[in-house]
Amino acid sequence: MYRYDEFDQQLVNERAEQFRRQVRRRMNGELTEDQFKPLRLMNGLYLQLHAYMLRVNVPYGCLSARQLRQLAHIARKYDKGYGHFTTRQNIQYNWIRLEDAADILTDLAAVGMNAMQSSGNCVRNVTADHYAGRARDELQDPRVWCELLRQYSILNPEFSYLPRKFKIAVTGAPKDRAAVALHDIGLRMYLNEGGEPGFEVIVGGGQGRTPVIGKTIREWIEPEHVISYVEAILRIYNLYGRRDNIYKARIKILVNALGIDKYRELVEAEWLQIRDGVLKIAPEELARIDAYFQPPAYEQLADQDTEPSQLHDADPAFAAWLQSNVAEHKVVGYAIVNVSLKSPGKIPGDLSAQKMDALADLADQYSFGELRVSHRQNLVLVDVKQSDLHALWQALGALDLATPNIGLASDIIACPGLDFCALANTRSIPVAQDIALHFANSTKLQHVGDLTINISGCMNACGHHHVGNIGILGVDKRGQEFFQLTLGGSSDEHASLGDRVGPGLPQSEVPGAIERIVDTYLEIRDGKDECFLNTYRRCGMEVFRTAVYGPAGPARRVTATRQVA
Amino acid sequence: MSTLIKDNKLTEDPFTRIGVDDAIPAQGAVLVPLATWQDHREKLLRRGEPVGVWLKSDEHPEIIAGDVNHLQLIALEFPTFRDGRGYSYARLVRERYGFEGELRAVGDVLLEQLHYMGRVGFNAFEVDSEDALAELEIAARDFSVWYQPSADGRASSAQLRTELKRHG
Repeated sequence: MYRYDEFDQQLVNERAEQFRRQVRRRMNGELTEDQFKPLRLMNGLYLQLHAYMLRVNVPYGCLSARQLRQLAHIARKYDKGYGHFTTRQNIQYNWIRLEDAADILTDLAAVGMNAMQSSGNCVRNVTADHYAGRARDELQDPRVWCELLRQYSILNPEFSYLPRKFKIAVTGAPKDRAAVALHDIGLRMYLNEGGEPGFEVIVGGGQGRTPVIGKTIREWIEPEHVISYVEAILRIYNLYGRRDNIYKARIKILVNALGIDKYRELVEAEWLQIRDGVLKIAPEELARIDAYFQPPAYEQLADQDTEPSQLHDADPAFAAWLQSNVAEHKVVGYAIVNVSLKSPGKIPGDLSAQKMDALADLADQYSFGELRVSHRQNLVLVDVKQSDLHALWQALGALDLATPNIGLASDIIACPGLDFCALANTRSIPVAQDIALHFANSTKLQHVGDLTINISGCMNACGHHHVGNIGILGVDKRGQEFFQLTLGGSSDEHASLGDRVGPGLPQSEVPGAIERIVDTYLEIRDGKDECFLNTYRRCGMEVFRTAVYGPAGPARRVTATRQVA
Repeated sequence: MSTLIKDNKLTEDPFTRIGVDDAIPAQGAVLVPLATWQDHREKLLRRGEPVGVWLKSDEHPEIIAGDVNHLQLIALEFPTFRDGRGYSYARLVRERYGFEGELRAVGDVLLEQLHYMGRVGFNAFEVDSEDALAELEIAARDFSVWYQPSADGRASSAQLRTELKRHG
């Protein structure tokens, strides 16, 4: 993976020192909170309900064991002994003291990490397929371009005061694990007829209050032009994006207002002016960065016979874990192991410092010291020998990190909600915990199969409820928490937005409603291979609406709580 | 009281700012709104005095791209520090339209923004604070590495790496 050289290191060191001075000026009273706010936000420091929160970038989800140990150290020294992995492949610390913030940035810089632009109206951390460079279905490893985009966007002087925040996601596989259609820019790598890699460029996707599936602005662009094309998109957005209303300021609103054809025309005209300029990626720079992403020293192995079905009678728990948590590696004899941070009853995405350390050790022992953070709030060990899987499973199990639920009903994405967040209308963590406990039985979980459940505690949609197969949105009605369900959302290569089932339910009724939806699915699915999403797409809403509200429909009491989404 | 910094020095502003309805004085350097420039272009040029044009943040400098060689000053307004259009305008004015005169940031300009503004091509800043000069000095001292090539001509880290490789 990428390692800072002297230039990268100097840049983060200088930035950390600058922030140290700014914090000192704030603590001395030389800066008011109003003046300090934009400065701290540029360094990922939010003021939440109870304390400061620091959001640390994990660039395109790649993390070394050494970095994970430092994250553990930070959790222990400056927080309450844990951290929270987010849907943006980042980690957040929820209990930070202002006087420690600069020291944390210095500690991060020591391991080649930073918190720059993890907030604010700028280009945020570039995200990617968490299996990038490892997945067997991958056409092209996108990480070198992710790193080029990271360097291009960090402290970019032109694009640090965009109309609104800006998120870029990249994948190089036909199976979209990076939700590229739901980002301001999505880049999808594929090979042309000549076998050369290039990008499809998608623009204007996003969630929040106005969910939109992104549109293809360009079917094909050569990799050496990808940065200049991104710059053209950013410049047109910076010049013409709305600035009068923060809820209408994302690029998706501009693209929808102009229409994709007009937006494309503007971008293409701009791009023609810059395509052969300084942003064209020089072969030597590409080679320099690419060298960091060379594969580790794999052994020559054969694929093992680890068909879960054959193992099932001998060791059903291991078989279940293989089935759901282990993915195919592009190198024969190796496997990708997902580490579930979704043990039922626990807070989705949270990890204690002690477990971070233990996991870093396991990464060193079994996975060339490299991990990934997934946008589904789990971690990944990307280079595990298949012959080590059983031992690793046992070691993860001892840490309660081997729940066999990746992509299944208890692998719930939830935003921090009202337990932490100043924007939230409702809590979301207790709802996630309740539902996960309903699916704690691994046999039932496996029986139900692929099912994503996403929970957001307000319409800002940080829990990505729009794209959950089952989405749950918390709304406040006269001081009471209600939860609206949506069905049919998906963030993959056939992305879709969920449809609302009906009026919101009180929290106590949510797990039961989910259970009835799932039971209905089990009754009507066309065999075990038809996942929930496909059954919904085939059968439609009505049968599920009846399952939730009964044949008579929602009761009047509940109807009165209808919210405008 | 606003302060003008140009090329890292405190400077007396030689330009008189003219409003849309103001008469153009017979003599002296003037800074005029876009509408005045469009309506009185020939008259302003005939005066033989320095002329600057003041653009609001919704006035794209492309409008005056063909005129930049006649102008000594272009002032780009930031109605609030959050409105970042001026950063893109500045790069276009410098890099695409080839303007080499004074490019001045006016309006809601925060001290912390000065070094970014310098990077996109501004060389003059109208600010409300006496500390601006010190802030520019701090920024010049504290930041030595940039990932992006920009309008200030400073080498990006990628260019520095290539240099290092050639000579190392």
